[in-house]
Amino acid sequence: MEQQLLSFDNISYTYPTGTSPVIKHFNLQIPAGTITAILGPNGAGKTTLIHLALGWLHPHSGNVSLAEKPLKAYSRRELGQWMGLVPQNENTPFEYSLLEYVLLGRTPYLDPLAMPGEKDLEIASQKLSDVGLLLLKNRTMPSLSGGERQLVLVARALAQQPKLLFLDEPTSHLDLSNKSKLVQVLRTLQNQGVTIVFTTHEPDVASALATDMVLMREGEVLETGPADQVMNDRSLSELYHLPIQVKELNGKRIVLWDN
Amino acid sequence: MFWLVVLLVFVVVFSMFLGRYPTPGLISFKTILTDTLAQKLVFNLRVPRILTALLLGASLAAAGGVFQMIFSNPLVDPGFLGVSQGAAFGAATCIIFLGGAAWAVQASAAFFGCLGLLLSYLLARRVRYGGWVLRLVLAGIAVSAFFSAGLGILKYMADPLSQLQEITFWLLGGLWSITWKQFLTILPVVAISLFIMWRMRWRLNLLSLGDETAFSLGLAPARERTLLLVAGVAATSAVISVAGMVSWIGLIIPHIARRIFGADSRYMLPASILIGGIFAILCDDIGRVLMAGEIPLGIITSLLGAAIFAYIMINQKVPTNK
Repeated sequence: MEQQLLSFDNISYTYPTGTSPVIKHFNLQIPAGTITAILGPNGAGKTTLIHLALGWLHPHSGNVSLAEKPLKAYSRRELGQWMGLVPQNENTPFEYSLLEYVLLGRTPYLDPLAMPGEKDLEIASQKLSDVGLLLLKNRTMPSLSGGERQLVLVARALAQQPKLLFLDEPTSHLDLSNKSKLVQVLRTLQNQGVTIVFTTHEPDVASALATDMVLMREGEVLETGPADQVMNDRSLSELYHLPIQVKELNGKRIVLWDN
Repeated sequence: MFWLVVLLVFVVVFSMFLGRYPTPGLISFKTILTDTLAQKLVFNLRVPRILTALLLGASLAAAGGVFQMIFSNPLVDPGFLGVSQGAAFGAATCIIFLGGAAWAVQASAAFFGCLGLLLSYLLARRVRYGGWVLRLVLAGIAVSAFFSAGLGILKYMADPLSQLQEITFWLLGGLWSITWKQFLTILPVVAISLFIMWRMRWRLNLLSLGDETAFSLGLAPARERTLLLVAGVAATSAVISVAGMVSWIGLIIPHIARRIFGADSRYMLPASILIGGIFAILCDDIGRVLMAGEIPLGIITSLLGAAIFAYIMINQKVPTNK
């Protein structure tokens, strides 16, 4: 049997300030080595799902397990080594240099009071070069464009060397060339055996990258399966309540919609 | 960083020789060796005072740096979150109702300082307006105003011949009454707090990025943030309790440190501690040497602090999205 790296088992979650559940009886298995896109309209509960997977939020019912063990069985530091996150946006009021910023990703490997060493610096530089920003390593975060900043966040998550990487709307600030760079970086990562889960509300991005797909609406799974099966006119139209057509062109899927 | 340590040592030694005895200016080496009064003066009054100024500057600057990182806002200072006003209220309460023994004033100031922060925090959680930082600052303003109103009532009630004077001097801030005993009383709290802040400075970087990120990098953000906040408030309350209200150091010194050494707390925090110490000692030197009657330290730090702050605001873009 294929090993399930991450599984959601009948998860429900309601925010403390909310009245109705954001995630409802959610079941999902994510096998190791896949790239899973969680596709859904704004407000579908995609980010909440990632927060539940990280252990940042605790489900009111059901269980999240990582490598067949419940999340509670791991220490904070172990979880930091297992799972990385590229958040949707991050407030950076202080003028960290890019290299310092990426170096922060090494924290799960450091003792609580230790400082990063030579080896960590080497890894951080390597990851910065993987996203093509090594030349800017001494620039400060606030001086970057939105797209570059997003790539630095990716580099930081890579420096964390996670086995499972979450990206929350990773392409929302990226232009086409940066999008393609990100897709390359993530494919390379998959080849190295890292499992990737990302959320998006853009079907094109999901289609370009994902091996597996989860269509999510109002906290529930609408459909799940291999990307080429799930990406069809019927399921996408249902997801967005819009007439949508999926066409193939030169072996790639493109998504068309009508107003 | 090495040069900052050298500069600090130099400033400490220089300040030992600086004073108004026997004449305003520097005392000569020969006088210290021969004059017993000069010896007593230097070792029983000046040295503890200089060392307390060092602790004062270091604590306020470190706490300011820590608060700015934790609240992801370069314009935060312990004074903004009800700590200073709370401590002032606590000190006045003690002077009027509990007799005003030095240790009791200090304990009361520390207690109310922490209470001020706690109230600001609890209030901020209930405010339904703006982002988290704005809410904290608004809550801090409300709590500070509440305490300063209370302080006003206390001043009105105070005996103008004894208690009011004591309260006023305390509010102006100063180190004229520092003895070895007071220095040694606050030393353990300050040393432990500074040590915690210094050792946790790498993780402080992560806390400045927000809880979601800090959590995903293996931190327990709530717990670690609380520990750092408590360390910051403890150090601040301890030094305020002996020195009275000395403002602005916590706000401007981390800015200066960040300008020279960058945002990374690995360097920013130790630099803040050193620069804060140097700044406080020099301000205190000015206060005790410039005029025959002493100028309260709080006035000098405010004067210089406000000027430097205005300069920073004009010349540096402070990036903040919150």
